[in-house]
Amino acid sequence: MKEKIELKDLNTYAQKTWCPGCGNFSIEIATKLAILELINEGFAKKEEFVLLSGIGCHAKIVDYINLNSFYSIHGRVIPPATGIKLANPKLKIIGFEGDGDAYNEGISHLIWAAKRNTDITLIVHDNRVFALTTGQYTATSPKGFKGGSTPKGTFEEPFNPIELMLASGATFVARGYAARQGHLKELIKRAICHRGFSFIDVLQPCVSFFNTYEFYNQRVYELEEKNHDVRDFERALKLARKWDYSSCDTKIPIGVFYQTQKPTFEELYQQKSISEKEKIQNLKKILEKLR
Amino acid sequence: MREISILIGGEAGDGTKLTGKLIGKILNRMGYSVFIYDDYQSLIRGGHNFSIIRAKDKNVKIHQNDIDILIALNQETIDFHKKHLKKGGIIIYDSSNIESQKGIGIKMLEKVQKLGFPKVLRNAIALGALCKILGIDFKILEKVIKENLETYQKENIKLAKFGFEEPEKKFELNKLSAKPKILLTGNEAIALGATKAGLEMYIAYPMTPATSILHFLAKYKDEFGIQVVQPENEIAGILMVEGVVYAGKRAMIGTSGGGFALMTEALSLAGMAELPILIVLSQRAAPSTGVPTYTMQGDLLFAINAGHGEFQRIVVAPGEAEQAFYLAGELLNLVWKFQVPGILVSDKHLSESTFSVSLNVEKINKTSPKLFKGKKGYKRYLLTKDGISPLAFPGQKNVITKATSYEHDEYGLTTEKPDEIVRMIDKRKRKKDAIIKEMKKRETVKIGGKKNSEKVLITWGSNIGAVEEVANNLGYKVIQPLYLEPFPIWAIEKELKGTKTIIDIETNSEGQLATILKCHGINVDKTILKYDARPFTPKELEKEL
Ligand SMILES: Cc1ncc(C[n+]2csc(CCOP(=O)(O)OP(=O)(O)O)c2C)c(N)n1
Ligand code: SF4
Repeated sequence: MKEKIELKDLNTYAQKTWCPGCGNFSIEIATKLAILELINEGFAKKEEFVLLSGIGCHAKIVDYINLNSFYSIHGRVIPPATGIKLANPKLKIIGFEGDGDAYNEGISHLIWAAKRNTDITLIVHDNRVFALTTGQYTATSPKGFKGGSTPKGTFEEPFNPIELMLASGATFVARGYAARQGHLKELIKRAICHRGFSFIDVLQPCVSFFNTYEFYNQRVYELEEKNHDVRDFERALKLARKWDYSSCDTKIPIGVFYQTQKPTFEELYQQKSISEKEKIQNLKKILEKLR
Repeated sequence: MREISILIGGEAGDGTKLTGKLIGKILNRMGYSVFIYDDYQSLIRGGHNFSIIRAKDKNVKIHQNDIDILIALNQETIDFHKKHLKKGGIIIYDSSNIESQKGIGIKMLEKVQKLGFPKVLRNAIALGALCKILGIDFKILEKVIKENLETYQKENIKLAKFGFEEPEKKFELNKLSAKPKILLTGNEAIALGATKAGLEMYIAYPMTPATSILHFLAKYKDEFGIQVVQPENEIAGILMVEGVVYAGKRAMIGTSGGGFALMTEALSLAGMAELPILIVLSQRAAPSTGVPTYTMQGDLLFAINAGHGEFQRIVVAPGEAEQAFYLAGELLNLVWKFQVPGILVSDKHLSESTFSVSLNVEKINKTSPKLFKGKKGYKRYLLTKDGISPLAFPGQKNVITKATSYEHDEYGLTTEKPDEIVRMIDKRKRKKDAIIKEMKKRETVKIGGKKNSEKVLITWGSNIGAVEEVANNLGYKVIQPLYLEPFPIWAIEKELKGTKTIIDIETNSEGQLATILKCHGINVDKTILKYDARPFTPKELEKEL
């Protein structure tokens, strides 16, 4: 029998402390709707979902969703997610990171998750600023970004996470926009259903430190309307390079850039389990060999 | 003869470490208790490596530098160690590349090259010669070769025979009736103890002297049903472990000081989120990269204090392989029982030396933690009298389990309310009392030497081999805390009652155990500290007393 749940079943009693108008609200709703539909469609049970988050404004999302969660430390979502998935491959793992988490503090884990094709979904709330620490530049802030640590504007060029993930071997690479909630929900569903490492960079306006609503509203278009073939890696790379996270003179594609199938880390690492009796026999045998 | 010490030395890549192990096995089969000390440098070729194999008719847990037989594959072995040769001692050397001297010179390299075999096979000639000198039956040597060498068996036996024919018998090493014991390094003992206590996953980034746990478990992962993972770095490693234990499986990570330093932020997370993780910290001579393949006890206070904020942990420090086996198993059970991080502190000397052990495997059993048995309303951080909240895991029906790095309420949601903060801190603090109550039922301090002596040697970790031997010779009592946190002061005070002199012995430069004792109001009368990155030998220690 399929489990039927309602949106309110996914709510907690935690008080929301995001600024009114923050893009995180929309990401939260899109996520809840995606999970709700997946549960009600019988894809997975409620107790099989595990959410993880780093530290930052975005990270509070796990307090707001009534599901298993591991509220980690700054930049460290992927390692515990990998551990949980290894320990119990049946679980559906969804990690939430800020751009500070994913691209600054924890960048090595991100590349490794893509390299290994760990079967988890990572949603990056890319507001292109450290918000919780009151507005400093991050890896995806545009050149010239003025923040507390760069009052005259940063000299650094941002990097392009979509391009980085394609280069690192991710098997599901997408970009979403917080203000396109329906589209984002579909992206999240597809990402969770994808077997392997699923990556979504979500453009998330931060009304307090980097309000980008207007900028994105004028530029964003959906790849799904352009008949983009997600199996075409070269085309995906080209589309990824269309916007460099700095320039203002181009349109910004959102949607799935690339999707392919590869064996997952957990499949390759599955350890045949043995009985306690067998284990003790083996242990004694090995001890005998050490005489 | 009741005791013999053999040193084999050569360049890195000469294969002396394996030969040392084989010599240990041979003497083990002769019924002797064996200890093997491996001294090697942090390089892959060249340099000077050696192993000392000491065998005794009684339990032996430490080597001596004085040597009965010196086996030299290079000139440096003679230059460095000739002075340690005892009166009547014998040198066996490869006369192909070492200038001729008193002793038994065999053209080992020449022979091997003439036969077109790889250079390392000359060790077999040395082994043959050694067995002949000691009057050991060739069959024993042949058996040890067959059982331990996977490649070039026939060639090795042929060369061993050649070596066996060369010299004359010089010593009479009696075959003893004792059954050969198990030969185990400290690291292997740690791996096996944890395995017996239900270890399901081992995650580690290579770092000497912890690496051999990784290699050992990777080798036997299918036999033990243990998953072995090499993460991208130590930070990832410990957090993976935290994910694994959150999901309900037992996991351990091993490293040395530098790797442990990287793990400290996540160690605090384990304290806050109450994650039962087990870290093996095998110390090397530090600070920083230090002297990577040598030993020191510089990280005791670090292990006890690492991490930001206040949280409970359990720290144990075995001193020899048997203790390592039992304490690893015990600690894995305890961290699950109390949901705290545990640190097993070892060092190069314990981790990589080889000991003769007899193990009672049945003594370690996986014990079940406190589990949630209810049908609904699960609270991950339920307030309880002993501070221990029942565990449940993701995937469990009707359970939502929320682990978190933030201060939290019982359900696991973030809180900043003063009363809730205090309640949670108090809950976690109560676990300390529960742990101490449990420790009082166990052996937390090991007593050795002359038990009623008024003169006490107090030490920790791998010094115990040397300290105990000296104490037995000179009539001291030995106190060795096996647990360092919570510190078993109750047991130590009891053992110190009526004693007159307390001498603290450590291989570090500041006397870290003495510092802990001082915090508990115990002032030692003298400290004997060694920090040349080498372990104490009994003879060296005797001189200091
Ligand atoms: C190790 C560590 N360094 C620094 C911080 C302080 N810190 C908290 S949140 C944050 C950045 C948050 O930025 P991001 O991940 O982009 O999340 P956002 O707040 O923008 O959602 C930083 C640097 C921390 N918590 N831990
Ligand atoms: S500071 Fe920015 S990211 Fe944080 S809650 Fe406010 S709007 Fe959202």
